[in-house]
Amino acid sequence: MAIDLTHFTPGLSLAGGLIIGIAASVLILFNGRIAGISGILGGLLSWPQNDRHWRLAFLAGLIGSPLAASLIGYATAPEIHASWGVVLLAGFIVGLGTRYAGGCTSGHGVCGMSRGAVRSIVATLTFMAAGFITVYIQRHLLGA
Amino acid sequence: MLVLTSLLAGLLFGLGLIISGMANPVKVQGFLDLAGNWDPSLAMVMAGAIGIGGLAFLLARRRQLSLLGLPMQLPANNAITTRLVLGSAAFGIGWGMAGFCPGPALVAMGAGYPKAAGFVAAMIAGMAVFELAERRLQKSRG
Repeated sequence: MAIDLTHFTPGLSLAGGLIIGIAASVLILFNGRIAGISGILGGLLSWPQNDRHWRLAFLAGLIGSPLAASLIGYATAPEIHASWGVVLLAGFIVGLGTRYAGGCTSGHGVCGMSRGAVRSIVATLTFMAAGFITVYIQRHLLGA
Repeated sequence: MLVLTSLLAGLLFGLGLIISGMANPVKVQGFLDLAGNWDPSLAMVMAGAIGIGGLAFLLARRRQLSLLGLPMQLPANNAITTRLVLGSAAFGIGWGMAGFCPGPALVAMGAGYPKAAGFVAAMIAGMAVFELAERRLQKSRG
C-alpha cells in the first residue's frame, strides 16, 4: 500500500463530510427520519404508500445538487470507468443488496455509525470488506 | 414545511458528496484499492459526517418528537441477521465494481451522465425485485 498523495483531498473531503453530517442532522432533527438513501428511494416502491412527498423532495434535492454546486463554483465530473454491462449489473446488485441489508453507505455508514448501532457497524464493515476484495480482484487479478 | 426540510437535506447531502469528491466513482474506487495507490479521502468524509451526525443523534435520542412535531423514527431493530450480512456483502461487490453507491449515482444522474442514469435504473429494478420477493414471502406466511 502507498498513499496516493496526488489524489488525496483531506480538506475538501472533510468539509464535504461535515456538510453530509449537517444534511443527516436536518433530516433527523426536523423530520425525525434517517437519511438512508436506499431506504428513501426503495420506500417509494413499497405498498401501501403514504409518505411519498418527503421522499420525493429529498431525492429532488439530491438530483438537483449538481446544478446548485455549479452555481457556487463546484463542478460535478464523475469518471465512470466501468463498462455499460458492469454498470448495469452493479446497479442491480446494489439495489437488491441495500434493500436486504436495510441500508447503504448513508443509512448504515453515516447515520447508523453516528448512532453507534452495532447492526450498522457490522453492515459497514461487511460492505467495505466486500468492496476492498472486489476492487482487488478487478484491478490486481483481472487487471481491469 | 416537511417537504422544504426534506428538499434542503437532499440538496445539502448532494453538495457534500460533490465537494468531498465522492460523486466521482474513480475516487471511491481509489479508496477501495488498498493494494494500489490508496486514496484515503473517503475516510475523511466519514469522519466529518459521523462527527456532526453523532451530535445530532445524541440530541435526537432525547426527544420524543422532531422539531416539526413528528415522531422520531429511530430504528429499533438491532438484530444481526443473515440478510443483513449477505445483503451488505452483495452491496459491497456492486459498489466496488462500478464505484457507485445509491447517493452518488443519483447525484451523477442529476449532472446528466447516461451511465449513472443506467446504474440508477438497474438499482431501482433490483429494489423492485426485493419488494416482490418480500410480498410473496408475506403471502406464503399468510
